[in-house]
Amino acid sequence: MAKRIDVSDLNIYYGDFLAVADVNVSIEPRSVTALIGPSGCGKSTFLRSLNRMHEVLPGAHVEGKVAMDGQDLYGPDVDPVDVRRQIGMVFQRPNPFPTMSIYDNVAAGIRLNARKMKRTELDDLVERSLLGANLWKEVKDRLNRPASGLSGGQQQRLCIARAIAVEPDVLLMDEPASALDPISTLAIEDLMTELKERFTIVIVTHNMQQAARVSEQTGFFNIAGPGQPGRLIEFNPTEKIFSNPDEKATEDYISGRFG
Amino acid sequence: MTSTTPSTGSTSRAPVRRLGDRLFAGTSRGAGILIVLILAGVAGFLIVQAAPAFTAPRADVPGGHGVVAYIAPLLFGTALAAVLALLIATPLAVGVALFITQFAPRRLAQGLGYLVDLLAAIPSIVYGFWGIAWLAPRLTPFYAWLADHLGFIPLFAGPASVTGKTMFTVGLVLGVMILPIVSAISREVFLQVPSLHREAALALGATRWEMIRMAVLPYGRSGIIGGAMLGLGRALGETLAVAIVLSASGGIVTFNLISPDNPSTIASNIALQFPESTGIGVNTLVASGLALFVLTLAVNVLARAIVNRRSQFSGAN
Repeated sequence: MAKRIDVSDLNIYYGDFLAVADVNVSIEPRSVTALIGPSGCGKSTFLRSLNRMHEVLPGAHVEGKVAMDGQDLYGPDVDPVDVRRQIGMVFQRPNPFPTMSIYDNVAAGIRLNARKMKRTELDDLVERSLLGANLWKEVKDRLNRPASGLSGGQQQRLCIARAIAVEPDVLLMDEPASALDPISTLAIEDLMTELKERFTIVIVTHNMQQAARVSEQTGFFNIAGPGQPGRLIEFNPTEKIFSNPDEKATEDYISGRFG
Repeated sequence: MTSTTPSTGSTSRAPVRRLGDRLFAGTSRGAGILIVLILAGVAGFLIVQAAPAFTAPRADVPGGHGVVAYIAPLLFGTALAAVLALLIATPLAVGVALFITQFAPRRLAQGLGYLVDLLAAIPSIVYGFWGIAWLAPRLTPFYAWLADHLGFIPLFAGPASVTGKTMFTVGLVLGVMILPIVSAISREVFLQVPSLHREAALALGATRWEMIRMAVLPYGRSGIIGGAMLGLGRALGETLAVAIVLSASGGIVTFNLISPDNPSTIASNIALQFPESTGIGVNTLVASGLALFVLTLAVNVLARAIVNRRSQFSGAN
């Protein structure tokens, strides 16, 4: 079930340092939302605050509100573990569990949720998830081999399979293709187009062509200078951002005048 | 792979090699060969010196029943004490390492780490005195209770020792002695778990403990085994602490951990018997040392095999 995310007046801190300030944005379900901007502008930090991965670092915290279909994710009795079970994440560098087989990697999230499942059901789910991540054909004969034996692009698709296996409401992707070659990148982008039928997808990318290719909405983050907090400068439909942006800074960034 | 054999000068295509590289290659190769020589030397000494004990008439060997009958109970006692120590120390050490690396606030973790390391710096004779003067008397009521209530288990059959100088006490003392080495090595490998793997688990909705089970423990597995084997090596060879603490009787083989009659261990037996031994007696003691050498070697080979068996899943590739 894809869900919408509403962020209001969000400030994100590392200890006392304000890293991202005053974000207000609504992320639509069943669509791809891309976040672009120069390095260090806080787009990854913002992404990690959506599933409460930000606070894993010591001292990191947020102020403001993030709501998923109206439910406050930072509410006083909300367990971050539950939030992360509903909002999946794919990281910049492929990170399958090296000590597990391909099969066990995909099943890892389901086993965490402690859902009792028959072996055949689990087999089906693993197959479906790997099919969903366009990896099934390549690995179906070696499901019990270590995940670390796959190529980088395959590992990243395995991570996507692992994330979608638990049927999350939202899928966050932090530069999912930046460590991959163009062919693997294309595979991941095609996959995003398929996955947005079922999930809300938020992707951080440095590749503006990628943002233009895959997303419906685009947010542009920027930073005024070193030590300043990053801000969401503009949030608009992708077509508008890349043809006729409201903000001068967006246009400068997109046309390559800086960053 | 580059070849390090010196060029003969007859071919003009000999690769260019710098003097520094050649020196370094030579030195490190020398060090490698030296280790093998030392090991072979020790093994050779043990075999030569032990041989007379095997060829001598059985009645001449201490105990009067031949060298095998003399060594077997000692080997059993050594293994029993070491395994007991390992069973006590490993879970505790892994727990300490997990607490230090995953749960404790940074400043507390550092202090605690130093403290555990400090345990390793205490000389074994101090542990021996601690065991005999402090620990053993305090354990006697516990042994009496065990013998009364759990006496049906062969391990606690009793009669309970009134001095506390039992195999169980030895296991505890040895456990405390090897705790720092097992925990230090576990701690190092836990610290090396890439944050990528830990975040992968957390992002799937793992709790802290589930994250440890999914990412930290499997990654640190070979390190834990390696640390445990180093600890086992120390426990197998520990001499003074065992010699002081254990009330040993010769020739006994028993799993009874709390009685006053215990099998001795090889190292402590050598320490206690050597000054009074002559002739074939010395050869017999050396033979027991050879047995300890072989046992330690076997333990290490086994540990290596365990670590290698799943090396493809180790995360090192």
